[in-house]
Amino acid sequence: MAAIAHDTVPTQTHHDVTRDVVNTLGTAGRGYMLLLGGAVALFLVGLVTFILLLKSGLGLAGYNPPVFWSVYITTFVFWIGIGHAGTLISAILFLFRSPWRNAIYRATEAMTVFAVMTAGLFPIIHIGRQWFFYWLLPYPNQRWLWPNFKSPLLWDVFAISTYLTVSTTFLCVGLVPDVAAARDLVRGWRSKVYGFFSLGWKGTDSQWRHYTRGYLYLAALATPLVLSVHSVVSWDFAMSIVPGWHGTIFAPYFVAGAIYSGLGMVLTLMIPLRKALHLEHMITEYHFDNIGKLALLTGCILFYAYGMEYFIAWYSGNTFEQTTFWRRAFGPMWWGGWTMIICNPFVSQLFWFKKIRRNLTALFVISIFVNIGMWFERYVIIVSSLQNDFVPWAWGQLTPTWADWGILAGSFGWFSMWFLLFARTFPVVAIQEVKEQIPMPRLRRGGH
Amino acid sequence: MRRPIAGVLGAFEHIDAACDAITALRAQGRSDFTVYSAAPSHDLEHALGIETSPVRLFTLIGGVTGVGAGIGMTFWMSLDWPLVTGGKAIATFPPFVVFMFELMVLLGSLATVAGIIILSLLRPTTGMAYDPRFSDDRIGIFVPCQGGEATRVEGMFKQAGAVEVRHAA
Repeated sequence: MAAIAHDTVPTQTHHDVTRDVVNTLGTAGRGYMLLLGGAVALFLVGLVTFILLLKSGLGLAGYNPPVFWSVYITTFVFWIGIGHAGTLISAILFLFRSPWRNAIYRATEAMTVFAVMTAGLFPIIHIGRQWFFYWLLPYPNQRWLWPNFKSPLLWDVFAISTYLTVSTTFLCVGLVPDVAAARDLVRGWRSKVYGFFSLGWKGTDSQWRHYTRGYLYLAALATPLVLSVHSVVSWDFAMSIVPGWHGTIFAPYFVAGAIYSGLGMVLTLMIPLRKALHLEHMITEYHFDNIGKLALLTGCILFYAYGMEYFIAWYSGNTFEQTTFWRRAFGPMWWGGWTMIICNPFVSQLFWFKKIRRNLTALFVISIFVNIGMWFERYVIIVSSLQNDFVPWAWGQLTPTWADWGILAGSFGWFSMWFLLFARTFPVVAIQEVKEQIPMPRLRRGGH
Repeated sequence: MRRPIAGVLGAFEHIDAACDAITALRAQGRSDFTVYSAAPSHDLEHALGIETSPVRLFTLIGGVTGVGAGIGMTFWMSLDWPLVTGGKAIATFPPFVVFMFELMVLLGSLATVAGIIILSLLRPTTGMAYDPRFSDDRIGIFVPCQGGEATRVEGMFKQAGAVEVRHAA
């Protein structure tokens, strides 16, 4: 196995890349099966909880006045956010021609698709009568009733379904040349299966001509989409007049938070993945260093947004806003408020240090803090505002129940299950794009 | 399954050698040959004189259709079942822009994929000689030809620096 001598220019040959990535496919070890078994077990916990919810209703999840948006909507926003880093790395950095993304974008794009798949379940779980979820869609029903297009919740339906479709499309299109490379290297029935999924790809000049252009346009469409999706999610809150939600900075604040949380999940997944699949020579400290820089940027934006939220609450002179933010820091949910403040803006400042950005153990530990902090951010924003609305006699406390935690655990199982299956079935490193970084041998010096 | 096409298949290890062969083929007035590579390459594109793909037309048509569908859907459905919310106008642009944008991206993306499939993947490549190493670390050039023409192409490939040349069918 050829080692990488330099951070940015791989010293591998094209053949090394094909062989090393295709070698990650196929027979799984005991550790992988244990992880997959754990993921399936967690998913089953969620499934059983969902069946009980179907039978008994959302009362099981502690839904009581005044809090009807709690752990499920929190987790929905969390998973949507996770997806954003994948699209940032796969589409936005593609448009910026950042070649360092090539080795990691496939895994992060897969993370996006599975995170959005997970998030998409939550509005359905949350609506109560889940079997009527299709009422969210504008379809010609018997009485010709149409949904309210002025509602941010319907904006969400279109934004999330578009995001899932476009991300899946982007992932699948990117996979075609790599699946063809796997088809040509493996033997037996696996070659036939990859042959089917490669759609007859042979890498002809005509195929590359249309493919590269099409891929560029897909990236160009996915870029504004990813920014719009979390803006729309933020408007689910900001369009209301609930104290703590009605903020004009919500769209950029949520987008930055989404990318930050997604980068945290990228670190959580990629650090063990590169070791498990023996890809240390392809996914190097250089990549994690760059991910750390991006996390620093988005963490600083979050720092500003958190500070500005508290400042505007004070500066507005609005009693309700002031009370809401006072209670977030010093009220009954102070533990949640401080968890989000410590884990997000403060922990992100550790990324200033290059030694930390290149220390994988430190990065892994930090990424866990980021995941926890970003889940709590959404929980605090959603629940603390609903608990303390305008009318003090209607205030109340939410106590999450086992049904909340069961579904939350199930969502992690569902996500991990798909990610693990993907990592063993399809090339988790983009073979073709890594090869683009490696100059082909020449007879003469020079070249394009 | 199409019958194999008679021709000469050259495998190249060096990209400049492949570019030389392509330039020589074009100098002979040939444009019916096929180049295989594991990754896109600017050198090959320049040697081939490739023009911009028309897949952008699919993207444009899909995007414009999406915006149109967004306008049509939101205005028609809102006016068909008037629902006054918050004292706001029943049909108005600001909230509907979200749908126009999302449908533009959705249909634009799907049309782009349709464009890739129609323009490249549906073009038949069966029958043309191929080698699995072309998706790994070799560049391939297949020229459909027979008889004396095949011998000339073989000589030209070898002169350019092909590491392997074989006659197909």
